[in-house]
Formats: sequence, C-alpha cells, structure tokens
Amino acid sequence: MELALDIGTWVLLLAGSLLLLITGFGLIRLPDLYTRIHAGGMADTLATFLIFVGLSLQSGFSLVTVKLLLVIAFVFFTGPTASYALAQASFVAGLKPKLDGLSESEDKDETD
Amino acid sequence: MLRTVSLFLVLMAVWLLLSGHYTPLITGFGIASCLLSALIAYRMDVIDHESHPLQLGPRIFLYWGWLFIEIFKANLDVAKCILFPSKNLRPSMFMVTASQKSDLGKVIYANSITLTPGTVTVDLDGDQVMVHALTEISAQGVMSGDMDRRVTKVMEATS
Repeated sequence: MELALDIGTWVLLLAGSLLLLITGFGLIRLPDLYTRIHAGGMADTLATFLIFVGLSLQSGFSLVTVKLLLVIAFVFFTGPTASYALAQASFVAGLKPKLDGLSESEDKDETD
Repeated sequence: MLRTVSLFLVLMAVWLLLSGHYTPLITGFGIASCLLSALIAYRMDVIDHESHPLQLGPRIFLYWGWLFIEIFKANLDVAKCILFPSKNLRPSMFMVTASQKSDLGKVIYANSITLTPGTVTVDLDGDQVMVHALTEISAQGVMSGDMDRRVTKVMEATS
C-alpha cells in the first residue's frame, strides 16, 4: 500500500513537472503575448492539479490533504481571472494578436 | 435568510477543516467569529444570488466534472502545440454568442473558456464573447457551442 502510494506520487509529480517544463518552454517559444497566455494556462490547471494531488497522496488522510485540495480549488477560481485581466488589458491597450488561423476580418479592425 | 444560514455553515466547515485545534475555547472562538462574519455580511446586504449561488445546486458539480475532462484534453492539445508549433499553431480570434441570460451565467461561461488552456476570453460585451484560440482544435471546441449549452443548462432552472 505504501509502495503503491509512493509510485502514484512519483507518477503524478513527474507528469506535473513535465507539464511545467513544457509551459516554460512554450513561454519562450510561442510568438506573441496572447499565445503565451495559453502556455501559462497549462501551469494554472493540469500541472497544479497533478502536483498537488501527488502531494496529498503523501499526507495520508488528514487535514493537510484538505488544505492541499483547497489550494487547487482557489487556483482554479483565480487563475482564469488573472489570465482574463492580462488578455483584456493588452487588448484594450491595442496590442494586435498574430493570427493565421480561422480569423475574421472585423476583429482585426477593432484592435486598432 | 436561507443564504445567510448557508454562508454560516460554509464558513464553519472551512474553519473546522483549516483549524485543527478542537479545544472548547478555540472552537468557541471559531463559532463566534463565523457568526459575526455571517451577521456582518447579512447587514451589509452582500449575500445574494451572485456572491453565494445556492440556486445552482448539485448541477454545478456535474458541470465541473465535465469541465475537468475538457481541461485535461485541452492541456494535451496545448502541450502538443508547444512541442510541434509548425504543425499545430494556428492562432485565431473570433466572436461567439453567449446564450445565458444572467450575468452569473455569462461569467461562468467566459471563465470556463479561459480556464480551458488553448482558449482565452479577451472581451465580454453584452452577449458577445471575444475568444482568442491557440489551435484549430481549441477554436472548434468553442465554436461548436457545447460548453455554451451546458452552462445554459446549469443556469436555466434558476434564471
């Protein structure tokens, strides 16, 4: 049982760390601010979730587990607000996104 | 009044879970401070359907479960895009219509879009949501309107 928990923790922590590594890689590699926000979104969601669930496996069934899970809940509630504030502020300031996908022409006019 | 009682119970549960000290004196202080907080919130008239959305009931938990699976899939998509940008990176910006009537519903929808990696809400004006998407898959996910319908279903019984 101990061994199973340890293996579970290892797997979750490594998966979370790998996602964080990809996030950091993406922050450097992606072309502009808007796309980099998406990379940051990974650290906010699945990476946080995996690492904190991995840690809560080690704490046994105690109040510490509850606190770790509460941290996940708070990050999930506040993360999107911060992302939105960042995206909205740069949009209002007039930063144009680099687009090459399914763009609509009227959106480009509004960023002027 | 029901919301004030519920706020007190939530505060009390959080206090009990976070404190870890259960001597009569400390627990008494906890009850007193939770009562005082609930009373002040009641007097300030800040407990309403937005700050304490009791009306959403258990449906919101089902929605969170679905949203979590979507977040999981979106994370893999974004990770793939970062590792192989030339194949997957197709940033786009477009408008979608939010079909929720209440402000709370629109906020849940816009925040869900932002919480899913690969899509970010840039602007919310009336019922028009401006979305920036990283890949084609994530853009199609929002355009299909699946999330919009689910949030509306969570909200509709309450309106």
